[in-house]
Amino acid sequence: MAATPTTVTTSAGPVRPAPGYWQRLRGGDEAAYVITFMAAAGILAITGLLVLELYTNSSASRGKFGWSFLVTSTWDPVNDQFGALPFIYGTVVTSFLALLMGIPLGVGAAIFLAELAPPKISDALTFLIELLAAVPSVIYGLLGVFVLIPILREIEPSLKAALGWTPFFSGPFYGVSLFSAGVVLAVMIIPFIISISREVILSVPGDQREAALALGATRWETTWDIVVPYAKKGIMGSIFLALARALGETMAVTMVVGNDPKIKASLLAPGYSIAAVIANEFTEATGQLYTSALIELGLVLFALTIVINGMARLLIIGADKYKA
Amino acid sequence: MANLHTLRRKTVNVVMLTITGLCTFIAAGTLVYILGYLFVHGATSLTLDFFTKLPTPVGESGGGMANAIVGSGKLLLLASLFGIPIGFLGGVYLAEFGGSTFSYVVRYVTDLLNGVPSIVIGIFAYTMVVLPQKHFSTLAGGLALGVMMIPIAVRSTEEFLRAVPNSLREGAMALGATKARSILTVVIPAAKNGIMTGIMLNLARVAGETAPLLFTSFGNRYWSSGWEQPISALPVMIFTYAIAPYEDWHKQAWAAGFVLLTMVLTVNIIARAVLSKRKHIAR
Repeated sequence: MAATPTTVTTSAGPVRPAPGYWQRLRGGDEAAYVITFMAAAGILAITGLLVLELYTNSSASRGKFGWSFLVTSTWDPVNDQFGALPFIYGTVVTSFLALLMGIPLGVGAAIFLAELAPPKISDALTFLIELLAAVPSVIYGLLGVFVLIPILREIEPSLKAALGWTPFFSGPFYGVSLFSAGVVLAVMIIPFIISISREVILSVPGDQREAALALGATRWETTWDIVVPYAKKGIMGSIFLALARALGETMAVTMVVGNDPKIKASLLAPGYSIAAVIANEFTEATGQLYTSALIELGLVLFALTIVINGMARLLIIGADKYKA
Repeated sequence: MANLHTLRRKTVNVVMLTITGLCTFIAAGTLVYILGYLFVHGATSLTLDFFTKLPTPVGESGGGMANAIVGSGKLLLLASLFGIPIGFLGGVYLAEFGGSTFSYVVRYVTDLLNGVPSIVIGIFAYTMVVLPQKHFSTLAGGLALGVMMIPIAVRSTEEFLRAVPNSLREGAMALGATKARSILTVVIPAAKNGIMTGIMLNLARVAGETAPLLFTSFGNRYWSSGWEQPISALPVMIFTYAIAPYEDWHKQAWAAGFVLLTMVLTVNIIARAVLSKRKHIAR
């Protein structure tokens, strides 16, 4: 449709000449097209510039450490030795924990809200839950520090009694830990999983359900064997989207993860994440290499979330939405 | 045998359905708990001084965050000036002129930009503004928040423009209006409420952003004049006060959290009420 000029047919009535360039410019069509086009191109330019800035400003670190940056676990600013592994580990572990807790709860709630709850109650609850998604992350951090950590301290002995024999729940617990960060992230991503999954489940055609019920399936069998597989792609998409959020989440994690760049098997030990180390050390970074290493971490995080997000978008909407 | 089988299926049915109900209860319960806790704790920590006074030095009780409230306002103003025009015009392009491969790319890139972690946007603003200027500034913080506003501004503008019936465009053109004129005087006014609501939601979202401000606008315990100095913002204050070891500061953090959340939720509730007829809200 882009710049197609309106064709003037000369079939009937007095012949009007096609509007000339000057006339159309005065009418503003060209101007409007060019201005809005520039804004759209500007978005591409900004995104491109963002990638370029991350890439060029991390050159010192990339040049010195190369790919080994990703697999080295020393983080020693004093001796200019930088490796990203502890942060990648912490980011992946906390996000994985969040998904482990968030997926069953989120998908379960989405199923309930879409399939079982009366529409009015479902709408009201969804409204509430979507408000959770609007709560700023620093507030989740605040609640994590002053509400969640005291609660975790309470339940930690019983947690250890039950799971202490595994390496994941051994060692001392100070409150701030990978586990705490995982719980906060779970609370943060559940609203996303619920609201998107619910929408996807609601869009499954009604005859699918009716057919299953008519064949004698129970309500649960209909939901689990027919509706959920039908909506599988969209639900997966919501999970990927939630994962991307969890990976990039900064404030809430920074406040409860403990900020210790070591790789430990125990989830009760303090850890660190990519976003958290950037948030904590960026302003204190002295020396070009230090800053450059932090920016390279930003590049790693960017790449990670772009890949996950790209997959999520493709899963949720399919390609056709972009074709308009 | 057949009866046993049916019984098992019925039991599974009831058990699983109850579990999904429980999931919903836990999720919704968390919200009520979080909001309740914050409102009770925040409201009791809030004083009038919070809105009118500057932060006090460590050890001195009282004081407020007047400078952070004004700071957040200034940052949001800058962000709007930068993010809304680009986002809005980009959205107009996609809705009114789009349709080519180029639009496909723009939509996709916009969604990707929306998914970029806020801390990475902070690095971007740092390398663009702070690095050349060699000091933290309000300008850098505004740029970071502005970039964050673009994707949602694009998507909400496009969505609301698309919701305007084509007959309006055709009517305007049939009366002899050029395309530009019909967009400007017919289509955009028809979508005005939605677009404005989208902008409000967008502002509410970036108002709570902390990470991109940490090393762009940095923070400031005093008033910040002009646009070239570091400036404090409400969410950044919540962060620094919450992780500080002073009881008094924690109280201030709760008060700040209360003010920020009240603002964000109020905008969200109003926006959702306005848009209740529409299902999708860009996020």
